[in-house]
Amino acid sequence: MFKRIVSTLVAGLMAAALAVPAASAYELVMPSFDYRTGPYAPNGIPFANGYHDYLMMLNERDGGIEGVPVKLVQCETAYNTKQGVECYEKVKDTDPSRALVVQPLSTGITYQLIPKASVDEIPVHSMGYGRTSAANGKVFPWIFNFPATYWDQAAVFVKYIGEKEGGMENLKGKKIALVYHNSAYGKEPIRTLEKAAEKFGFEFMPLAVDHPGQEQKATWLQIRKEQPDWVMMWGWGVMNQVAIKEAASIRFPMDRFLGVWWSGSENDVLPAGDGANGYLSGAFHAPGDNFPVHDDIKKYVYDNGKALGERDRIGEVLYNRGLIAAVYATEAIRNAMKMHNTKEVTPAMVRDGMEALDLTEARLTELGLPDFTIPVKITCDNHAGPRKVAIQQWDASAKKWSMVTDFYDTMNDIVDPLIEEDSAAYAAENNIKPRDCN
Amino acid sequence: MNPELLFFLETVIGGLMAGVMYALVALGFVLIFKASGIFNFAQGVMCLFAALALYDFMAPGGWVDRWFGFTFPVWAAIALTIVVMIILAWVIERFVLQYLVQQEPIILFMATIGLAYVLEGVGDILFGSDVKPLDIGLPQGASDWLLDNFNLYVEKLEVVAAVTAAVLVTVLAVFFQRTRIGRALRAVADDHQAALSVGISLRTIWVIVWSVSGIVALVAGIMWGSKSGVQFSLSLIALKALPVLILGGFTSVPGAIVGGLIIGVGEKIAEVYLGPLVGGAIENWFAYMLALAFLLFRPQGLFGERIIERV
Repeated sequence: MFKRIVSTLVAGLMAAALAVPAASAYELVMPSFDYRTGPYAPNGIPFANGYHDYLMMLNERDGGIEGVPVKLVQCETAYNTKQGVECYEKVKDTDPSRALVVQPLSTGITYQLIPKASVDEIPVHSMGYGRTSAANGKVFPWIFNFPATYWDQAAVFVKYIGEKEGGMENLKGKKIALVYHNSAYGKEPIRTLEKAAEKFGFEFMPLAVDHPGQEQKATWLQIRKEQPDWVMMWGWGVMNQVAIKEAASIRFPMDRFLGVWWSGSENDVLPAGDGANGYLSGAFHAPGDNFPVHDDIKKYVYDNGKALGERDRIGEVLYNRGLIAAVYATEAIRNAMKMHNTKEVTPAMVRDGMEALDLTEARLTELGLPDFTIPVKITCDNHAGPRKVAIQQWDASAKKWSMVTDFYDTMNDIVDPLIEEDSAAYAAENNIKPRDCN
Repeated sequence: MNPELLFFLETVIGGLMAGVMYALVALGFVLIFKASGIFNFAQGVMCLFAALALYDFMAPGGWVDRWFGFTFPVWAAIALTIVVMIILAWVIERFVLQYLVQQEPIILFMATIGLAYVLEGVGDILFGSDVKPLDIGLPQGASDWLLDNFNLYVEKLEVVAAVTAAVLVTVLAVFFQRTRIGRALRAVADDHQAALSVGISLRTIWVIVWSVSGIVALVAGIMWGSKSGVQFSLSLIALKALPVLILGGFTSVPGAIVGGLIIGVGEKIAEVYLGPLVGGAIENWFAYMLALAFLLFRPQGLFGERIIERV
């Protein structure tokens, strides 16, 4: 009897010992706000795959970040603001680390999360989208939007157009139209373009397109009537494809049609066939799968059967965007580990890591991304980083995007006062005392 | 021609053509409502599902190509998609509708909401969510002849859609008015139990009407898919058909066409001439406003059947 009790106790203790996680079982919780369903899924899927594959590659190759595994928590937002907020509430306190950084992948969701995440002390990285004035780190300590904002992009587009017209002075009297998604996202560049129109004397013509943008006949009839010299587009999803096709139909020259970087993926141009040849879009990273990091992804993720997407779609524009988003997040975590001398980092530590991010070309090369994007340096007061934008162009016969310019600087004299004004208004509305960054 | 007048003409023609595209979607709703009294919330998703199936039968990289290493020519792919839509109609009747005979219209409507979600999910699993450029050889882009000779912008695809819609309406009108099945469909629409009592098989009729509606959905899916690529936002075109139905009447095939044309022209003129005054993007809600204005005077729509109920 005694033997049976002892053996039962020993077995029980052994089972308990196996059930208790080891001290090294700490995991880095990284939420992924995906949209693999709904009308915007064609764009959401490659981004989510790029984000997933980079993190899986780190887990497989390095055992995670500095040896600590990444716990990827995927949540489906369907690009719907309400669902996005629900996702945030669901994932923010995930054990063991809580959500280390949230990337909402939607301007609408970002606007909703700005006040919430600031209270919950979780850093939000709206990479090249979201509220532009979050660039002001003094007012938005928990929000980052590097490497550039929509306002920078609008300013760079005006600069590019000026260059093509033979000088900024030649913009006077020109007509520039903006075809935009009638949402918080689509409206972002309007103020910048209005300011630029005042400064350079061009006529600005905003034209809204309602969600989802399947039918745009009236918009393009107006463009045909008004004959703008250039058309910019802030579109997403089916709106992009229809707009490019309509532009081709009315014979609008494609090399005078410039889309935001969310209107410049393979999905947007392929349905228009040859008509899309020469179409331009903003970019902050290279397209293609010819970087060493892609080789590692193929080897450690695709060859091991851990991939969610198809191998031949590695390197698409939105795949690479998801990948670089994951790189920024993991480098911030790495930074946080060094700064706080612990591998069990918290969201607050990752915020510190992100604010001290200094991603040089040398470091990008180490990561397998030479000449992939611009170096990024974040500071306490500048959460938008380098704020540079390049232009890429679609070659319909080769079915490839290629960068056709260097990176342009933003127009600080136009954009900075707007950022200052908007962030000051937000601070006043929400009783926020700006931090001292000196 | 005076440029302003030419632009007005372009706007009206553009509106008429867009209206035909809406009417193609609305026709599917009308068929099912006319024959069974069901407002089929899944009609938009059926357009999407049909276009997805068609694409995968004929396109390199589709599942037929991936699994069997070949693709079907366009005509065979269309024929096979029609078979798929007929099978779908049978499945819907077998697993959804047969349990809902004589139920309240709201119950049937709710069932179609569920059906929409199921179809969308199944479509996603079977065919994937990527944008699929659909090319069955329909002409694309503006008519060069009109553009070069008259400076008039008319989309060739939309002209094809208009001709197709005309043919479709004629065929459907003959089908409903001149065939035994058509008469049986109308009898079922009037009263399920009375139709059953004279020996009409409700289940067969429902399969037929959902099949026809599926074929109409395929036509709409082809037109919209050729315009913007086949993708999940196609299911939202049902929203464009709603004001058309309100205006034209839920039970009238010609009503769907006339309603589509009025909505198309109305929203385009509103967007082009009133839009700039109020910040633009008014065409979506203007279509509903126009439909509501009609409702005030003709609650049954322009061509709908007047329903008098004792309360």
